[in-house]
Amino acid sequence: MKEKLEALKQEALAQLQDVSDPQRLNDLRVKYLGKKGALTEILRGMGQLSAEERPVIGQVANDVRGAIEEVIASKQEAFLQQETEERLRAEKVDVTLPGRKLAQGAIHPLSKVIQDIEDIFIGMGYRVAEGPEVETDYFNFEALNLPKNHPARDMQDSFYLTEDLLMRTQTSPVQARTMLAMEGEVPVKIICPGRVFRRDDDDATHSFQFHQIEGLVIGENIRMSDLKGTLLQFVQEMFGENTQIRLRPSFFPFTEPSAEVDVSCVKCGGSGCRVCKHTGWLEILGCGMVHPKVLEMGGYDPEKYSGFAFGMGVERIAMLKYGVDDIRHFFNNDTAFLKQFTRI
Amino acid sequence: MRVSTDWLSDYISLEGVSAEELAGRITSAGIEIDVIEKRNQGISKVVVGYVKSKEKHPDADKLNVCVVDAGQEEDLQIVCGAKNVDAGQKVPVALVGAKLPGGLDIKKAKLRGVLSQGMICSAKELGMNDKLLPKELQEGILVLPADTEIGKPIVDVLGLNDEVMELDLTPNRSDCLSMLGAAYEVSAILGRELSLPEPEKDIVEVHERAADHIAVTIGAKEQCTHYAARYISGVTIAPSPLWMQNRLMAAGIRPINNIVDITNYVMLEYGQPLHAFDADRLENGAVHVRMAEDGEKMVTLDGQERTLAPHMLVIASGGKPVALAGVMGGLDSEVTDNTVNIFLESAKFDGGTVRKTSRQLGLRSEASSRFEKEVDPAAVIPALNRAASLMAKYAGGKVHQGIAEAGSAASEPKVITLSLEKLNRYLGTDLSLLEVKTIFSRLHFASGDAAQGLVDVQVPTRRGDITLDVDLIEEVARLYGYDNIPTTPIEGPTTPGSLTKAQAIRRSLRKLLTHGGFQEVLGYSFIHPKQAERFTALEQEGKAVKLAMPMSEDRSVLRTSLLPQLLDIAAYNLNRKQPDLALFEIGNLFHTHEEVLTKQPQERPVLGLLLSGRTGAKQWNVQPAKVDFFDLKGAIETVLDYLGIAADQISYEANQPAGFHPGRSASVFVQHGGNKQLLGVLGQIHPKLQQELDLEDTYAAEILLAPLYELTNDRVAYRDLPRFPGMERDLAIVVNEEVEAGSLIQVIRENAGELLQQVQVFDVFTGSKLGEGKKSVAISLMYRHQDRTLTDEEVAQVTEKAVTALQQTFGAELRK
Repeated sequence: MKEKLEALKQEALAQLQDVSDPQRLNDLRVKYLGKKGALTEILRGMGQLSAEERPVIGQVANDVRGAIEEVIASKQEAFLQQETEERLRAEKVDVTLPGRKLAQGAIHPLSKVIQDIEDIFIGMGYRVAEGPEVETDYFNFEALNLPKNHPARDMQDSFYLTEDLLMRTQTSPVQARTMLAMEGEVPVKIICPGRVFRRDDDDATHSFQFHQIEGLVIGENIRMSDLKGTLLQFVQEMFGENTQIRLRPSFFPFTEPSAEVDVSCVKCGGSGCRVCKHTGWLEILGCGMVHPKVLEMGGYDPEKYSGFAFGMGVERIAMLKYGVDDIRHFFNNDTAFLKQFTRI
Repeated sequence: MRVSTDWLSDYISLEGVSAEELAGRITSAGIEIDVIEKRNQGISKVVVGYVKSKEKHPDADKLNVCVVDAGQEEDLQIVCGAKNVDAGQKVPVALVGAKLPGGLDIKKAKLRGVLSQGMICSAKELGMNDKLLPKELQEGILVLPADTEIGKPIVDVLGLNDEVMELDLTPNRSDCLSMLGAAYEVSAILGRELSLPEPEKDIVEVHERAADHIAVTIGAKEQCTHYAARYISGVTIAPSPLWMQNRLMAAGIRPINNIVDITNYVMLEYGQPLHAFDADRLENGAVHVRMAEDGEKMVTLDGQERTLAPHMLVIASGGKPVALAGVMGGLDSEVTDNTVNIFLESAKFDGGTVRKTSRQLGLRSEASSRFEKEVDPAAVIPALNRAASLMAKYAGGKVHQGIAEAGSAASEPKVITLSLEKLNRYLGTDLSLLEVKTIFSRLHFASGDAAQGLVDVQVPTRRGDITLDVDLIEEVARLYGYDNIPTTPIEGPTTPGSLTKAQAIRRSLRKLLTHGGFQEVLGYSFIHPKQAERFTALEQEGKAVKLAMPMSEDRSVLRTSLLPQLLDIAAYNLNRKQPDLALFEIGNLFHTHEEVLTKQPQERPVLGLLLSGRTGAKQWNVQPAKVDFFDLKGAIETVLDYLGIAADQISYEANQPAGFHPGRSASVFVQHGGNKQLLGVLGQIHPKLQQELDLEDTYAAEILLAPLYELTNDRVAYRDLPRFPGMERDLAIVVNEEVEAGSLIQVIRENAGELLQQVQVFDVFTGSKLGEGKKSVAISLMYRHQDRTLTDEEVAQVTEKAVTALQQTFGAELRK
């Protein structure tokens, strides 16, 4: 019997050696180890053996089973490995095909610039104030020291609704409204973003509707040097830490002294290029010390308090920051333009 | 204001200072100069020549052969094509080897076989603005006065060695609308002495009295504080001297004749507009300054008949207006070639009056633009004298003794007290009294000794813009140099910066929507009146507000809805082959409840949404779906969820809001404080309108933001996570098609008791199997008890209760 078992083992191992597919392997497993397989067949004759022989033959039979099982297991392992490899090969994707992106829109570039500027000033302790787009003549002009017939009204041709109501030509009326609302309390530190309107024919640099951001600070000891310090900090945060400013005397009815502010060119850094018309400087905002009459009309004693104000055009800054060459892009709302701002 | 540096040098030495440098320094002191015009645009070897003879060219009809004495060793033969060339003229001659503006080189040449040794030039060929020349000189060669010296370089004769700075004046600096004003400014900047004309010394009067010939009275004393006139007799009208013409042209004014040119010259010099009347055309040489009568007519110098109004100031003579004060003279009393006696006016007219008149008549002149900004009252008499003396000199007139005058000039300088301490506190500087006084002396402002840090500063009347101490502080600051003011941080208490709740919510909405694939757009606040009537559901009582003077009909009404422009934007993008759109805008709507607008209209912020085309971008492995009502509604639900507004506060009603597809639109309401409040509208745009605008199926919504600001709940409160499993039951209910899913859910909620946690529709379909007019709604119900596991029996029981209610309410059948 022992010989039979050995022969079975030899035969099984020989056959297993050449197995090349899982089906055949399974067949052989059934053939030799199955319930009706060859091994079982041989072991059926165990009953005829003596008590001494049985454990010996049993041991041999177990060894034979073990040897065959081991080979089958290793073959199975190999087949599984092969199968896995084949599946992985079959599942290969073209990694150069594009992925499915998250849906993603962008805020309008003007909103983006306004938010950036708001954040800079919020960081400097400013509140954000707002006012109506339709203003009274009083708040748009008179409260800002531009009485009727003032020559400065030449500078702004406005959209009137009635003799007394108009689309605001500047965000400065928000300053006047804020002062009255604060009832003489200090410090006042606000910025006011918003839409403004002027009767300009639209072209590459003009739009009858545009956006401004005004700032106003009132306190007991506000100096023109503080205005310079504030603006320098702002432009360095907005345009980069090497940005410089230059103030030139100018005129606004609501400030005295008044200044136009240039920044060193955002493109060339001041060495001169097409953007700055080879001057090295770009005009970006107007500012000055709040005119005593404006303080007075706002309920602040100009002998006790002083303040500064500044104002800038959002479109202008957006054009400089992003290199946009035509202001009309902002209001055409071509998605091919707007999607370019889907970035942090 | 165009300032000739050559002319400026009459009053102040510009030695060693180039025009560029000067312009830079003027700019940094506050008056911007962007343009410096070189009058000589590259002329060399052009001299004055005398045309000795002119003969026809033998072979060319249009050419002449001239013999010209140009001060060279020999006379020159020059072929010239100009019609107006003639023997006996003095003309500019470009010699062989000359250069002309535009890079033209003059060479010896043969023209149709005849030798030409140079070229006779037109004004244009010399680079001059020939629009300032009389018409006959625009077309042909430039003819110079007969007494011009032969051989003299033309640049000297025409004053072309000049550079003109264009001063871009802010409205407060009208003092620099004059050469003398500019000279004062330059003197303050350079710190150099001024030498000013002294007309009182120059003027020579004859014995006869002006008062015997002219008289002046003022009826409108508020509008005309001072009116002065001189009488100059026996003038000869002729061209003014070339140097004067050159200066006028440099300033951009066309020379006319000696009298008119002198009034213009002195206006440029002093900033005081003058007017010369033909004295013999005035009744008895007498004028009266008064307001116009309503409907009164006069013909102005430009030949136009003007109908006057009572707010206009006129100069009248013999009861009729002869000039519109400060704006334009009358045709009848104009100086003509035959004029002999001059009534010369110099006056101070009220700026506002002149401004209103010139605006209303659409008549702007050099004079009106100066009067509008208030001329210096102290210049009235000196300018009058200056012009009179020039008329004596260059028009052969006799200046009669005395000035006919009414009113008087308030020409005392203003005294303003300045505190040195305030100045330094205001600017953040540390200037000494001496430094400050030095600046004032450069400005020609006298300043007294300082007592207790206070200085009295005398401000001359020419600087009408300076009325307060802060104006003086600005003068000091700009001449000290803004660059020299230090840069400091604000001192004092710090303040926390912040956004308001509304601002913060708008920012959150922008973030949420952009991250959900929506693109922000910005429309205009103005729309077409027709557009204003399209989407009226949000505000049914309010009316649209119109602009009084719109630039176009398309932009003539304040927007009453964001949707018309969102649709325009969609159409614009569709035209550019960008049909898949998810857009939003946050902006204000304007409505009034008044018949006649007397106060500011209501301004309400809203969120507008638009979807069109397909969802998502075109991708290689995704089937894009066309957007529908539920994409839009889902966006709104996401917004409301995000703002913490509970779904059970919100209801959607298919009430057919205006402008939308009646079957695919709804209004959104919010339950708030016991009131049901309209929150917004949503739906497909009405197919008729879609067609009109060439749009594909487009869905849009408009949501009021003010209620959202109020209802936003940013407090997140933790709820215990469920510890026991829930049980799900699905129902397929067949009902009539018009039964709304919302009502089914509501009935289920009301009947399924507290165990019911969630109800969700997961399928809706119709089909012939269900029967005509029927639909199947599949609903999933989820039950859970907080403290124990549910039994099948209790879930079956509550479900049964809900089903029974559905059967009773809607005749619903359960589909097995």
